[in-house]
Amino acid sequence: MIITKDAIIIGGGIHGCSTALHLCLAGLKPVLIEKDYAGRHASGVNAGGVRQLARDVAEIPLSIRSMGIWENIADLVDDDCGFESHGQVLVAENEVELAAFRARVADLNARGFTHEELIDGAELRRLVPAVAESCPGGVVSRRDGAAQPARTTTAFRRKAQALGATIIEGVAAANVRKEDGLWRVDVGAETYAAPVLVNAAGAWAGRIAAALGEPVPVETIAPMLMITSPVAPFIDPVVILRGRKLSFKQFKNGTVLIGGGHLAMPYQDRNETVLDWRKLSESARTVSELFAVMRNATVVRAWAGIEARMRDDIPVFGPSAIHDGLYHQFGFSAHGFQLGPGAGAVMAELVVNGGTQTRIGGLSITRFSNPSPSPST
Amino acid sequence: MSAPKREQYAVVVIGAGPAGLAATASAAGAGLSTLLLDENAGPGGQVWRAISSTPVTREAVLGADYWSGAELATAARDSGAEIIHRATVWSLDRNLELGVSVGGGSAFIKAKRVIIATGALERPFPIPGWTLPGVMTAGAAQTMLKSSGLVPDGRTIIAGQGPLLWLLAAQILRLGGRIDRVLDTTPRANYMAALPHAFAFMTSPYVMKGLAMMREVRAKVPVVKGVTELAAAGDGKLASVSYVAGSKRETLPADLLLLHQGVVPNVNLAMAAGVEHRWNESQLCWTPVLDADGNSSVPGIAIAGDGAGIGGAQAAIWRGRIAARAAIAALAPAAVAKLDPIAALRTGLARAERGRAFLDVLFQPAPQFRIPKGDTIVCRCEEITAQDVLDSVAIGATGPNQLKAYRRTGMGPCQGRLCGLTVTELMAEARGKSPQEIGYYRLRAPVKPIMLSELAALPKSDEATKAVVRG
Amino acid sequence: MFKRAEGDTRRSVTIHVEGRAIEAREGDSVSAALLASGLDARRATAVSGAKRLPYCMMGVCFDCLVTIDGVGNRQGCLVPVVDGMQIEIQKGKREIGK
Repeated sequence: MIITKDAIIIGGGIHGCSTALHLCLAGLKPVLIEKDYAGRHASGVNAGGVRQLARDVAEIPLSIRSMGIWENIADLVDDDCGFESHGQVLVAENEVELAAFRARVADLNARGFTHEELIDGAELRRLVPAVAESCPGGVVSRRDGAAQPARTTTAFRRKAQALGATIIEGVAAANVRKEDGLWRVDVGAETYAAPVLVNAAGAWAGRIAAALGEPVPVETIAPMLMITSPVAPFIDPVVILRGRKLSFKQFKNGTVLIGGGHLAMPYQDRNETVLDWRKLSESARTVSELFAVMRNATVVRAWAGIEARMRDDIPVFGPSAIHDGLYHQFGFSAHGFQLGPGAGAVMAELVVNGGTQTRIGGLSITRFSNPSPSPST
Repeated sequence: MSAPKREQYAVVVIGAGPAGLAATASAAGAGLSTLLLDENAGPGGQVWRAISSTPVTREAVLGADYWSGAELATAARDSGAEIIHRATVWSLDRNLELGVSVGGGSAFIKAKRVIIATGALERPFPIPGWTLPGVMTAGAAQTMLKSSGLVPDGRTIIAGQGPLLWLLAAQILRLGGRIDRVLDTTPRANYMAALPHAFAFMTSPYVMKGLAMMREVRAKVPVVKGVTELAAAGDGKLASVSYVAGSKRETLPADLLLLHQGVVPNVNLAMAAGVEHRWNESQLCWTPVLDADGNSSVPGIAIAGDGAGIGGAQAAIWRGRIAARAAIAALAPAAVAKLDPIAALRTGLARAERGRAFLDVLFQPAPQFRIPKGDTIVCRCEEITAQDVLDSVAIGATGPNQLKAYRRTGMGPCQGRLCGLTVTELMAEARGKSPQEIGYYRLRAPVKPIMLSELAALPKSDEATKAVVRG
Repeated sequence: MFKRAEGDTRRSVTIHVEGRAIEAREGDSVSAALLASGLDARRATAVSGAKRLPYCMMGVCFDCLVTIDGVGNRQGCLVPVVDGMQIEIQKGKREIGK
């Protein structure tokens, strides 16, 4: 049986669910197809960072757009998603790093972005009292924060469904093709057809793009996280490092989440990852050095979520370069969670209006098909 | 108590109960480099706990079945295997790499074969008030009895069903402990349902011992049969136990309530290693998918003992030998000729498993004791109630892993050991699905919490070591 | 709640529970020693502060968590007593750094 919809979205992560929700708000009836369940992979198990801080300049307009939605997230999805805004702090471990941060903030200011603010050692210690004495300063983005990823993705899924989206979980999208001007996707015994196809399939999106004639340099990664048992509250903002891989956050219930981008071995087709404990041990060492008080904390669980990373570490976002009605929304390279709400809103604008006021040009898939000339050597 | 001597072993056995001791004795006896890791202070697992150290030395108290473990513990000790107690295996992956913590320090070791013999734990018994101080498992009381010669001396009630319940009651009484009442929750309908399996049971080794123990307890303690409701109450500690049996409803003052409704496989390590498990309809728990030699879905990992499906101590010994034999056949084929033929091992296992089907049916716990209602706590760590779980189902939680996003069930230190089966069955009932369809928590290492400082002190990765050398 | 059976000839060991000396026997786990001592050894959970005592005594329920010689969140049922051991009962969320 062929079922016709206004749009087909492949992938039930935060991005697919957000796009489904925003298409519904625009009056469309989309279908979202998720091979496992919404939030099964990276969207449900990431660190939950809601971060404008330290982003690639090409992503910043989308990130700022998203931040506005985050700050009123309950209005959109009827759930506060556990969002707390205590800022995010990029800690400089030495003067060399601090100098680089100073230059970065000056560059952002020159471009008209003011969300990143250079702080000295005194302000760093006011924000993060437990940090090692040797850290000379850092950068803060005060409106940033963190949310609960699985709860958030689930809330977007639920609201999209309430607004009329069809959500199909547990069956993979197959045989994606365009026939008679409509995108068609087989889902079990049924076929969905729509003028619009959004590829938001995370680690699986690169295959879809390639099968449709748009291969891109993408790899599957599985960033690892670990969490401690509850300890008394001692830190409010999310803390990240630049030199060494670390992100660090304490939840309201006292548990401390430790991440930062060390990778597990992904077994994508088994939906499985094998943790690399030697790398997690490095994270533990970094935490011990930065926050001596954490040494006696106990790690109760570690995990990794499967997702896509682009060669240039920024997502593919926007219309296809070669097909009408095809849109890509993937490759968020381990920092897509905060972008989810805004990306769905912008994607709906692209689909419905054919354009958006939010500057996303740097994220286009055309950057791979029309590479800029390499510098002469 | 010291760290493993080597970085690699032919066989690593995890757990020193009947299956692990048997596997260790066989594997090391055949000349394979064998490491036995066990979390407890000495060998024996749960059934032979403290076999080499118990202060309860009068043989009749713990019984002949208990003391039969001494021989195997000695055989393992003298087998040439390296044996480390108070060792916690906190990680095992499909590359057969183990993370093990001994004496506050951790090490990684590699194995060619891993035999998981982590046994069973008591099935969750989520009644109102089961988190109150003074409510414990029957197994907990038995542990204290065997290890330390401790017996109840306050007002004590034992409630539930199954062979262990009667064994414990008899042991407590023999050692001068106090039991005020036994509340038997075996559903009356189970007696009829079990009848077709009765012949096998009547000819099994269990029947005479079981009946004798029940007679011994009944002679000294009032036993209430057909208990269909059970609740503990008290403010900050247990004060009373209420029950319903037939038309009778009674509340008894109590200091100690010991609960037991059978044991289920301890699946955490095997699941975290990626071993496939399926819902077992007769034992109402998850059991690993295994071949006849105990090999799991992960190449190189075998499971023996109650972790492979509840079979009891004798079956565990045979399964341990069978798993070890398969490891020997793979790693030292020449040594196989000297072993017992596989047919003899399988015959031994079949004999030990005789009567199990009867016990499974007779002692299948009633739904109301597996699937709680209202404000009864399901997840002890995060203090989540049955109603909390149902509320989450109503707004879209479809399985245990999705439920975590709503309620954090299973995310505390016990990692679902005390709530996982309850959550699966509760959600299955609420959603009209089978437990197999609902699934179980995705379990991850560390399967036991590990100190951050211990993790930080682990040997560095090759990459990091090189960076230091270059720097 | 529990008493020691007669005929236990194991060596006596002294441990300190929040400064108070109690007698245990060699081979006791910390949790067994606490339960045998008759002291109020109830911990308070990190989530709601509810009172708990050990439930399983075999290392799976984590209701026996205690601070032993300054190290928190240890499973008291898996750690044998040692002469002079210092035990603290955990009350709610642990202060880290202690």
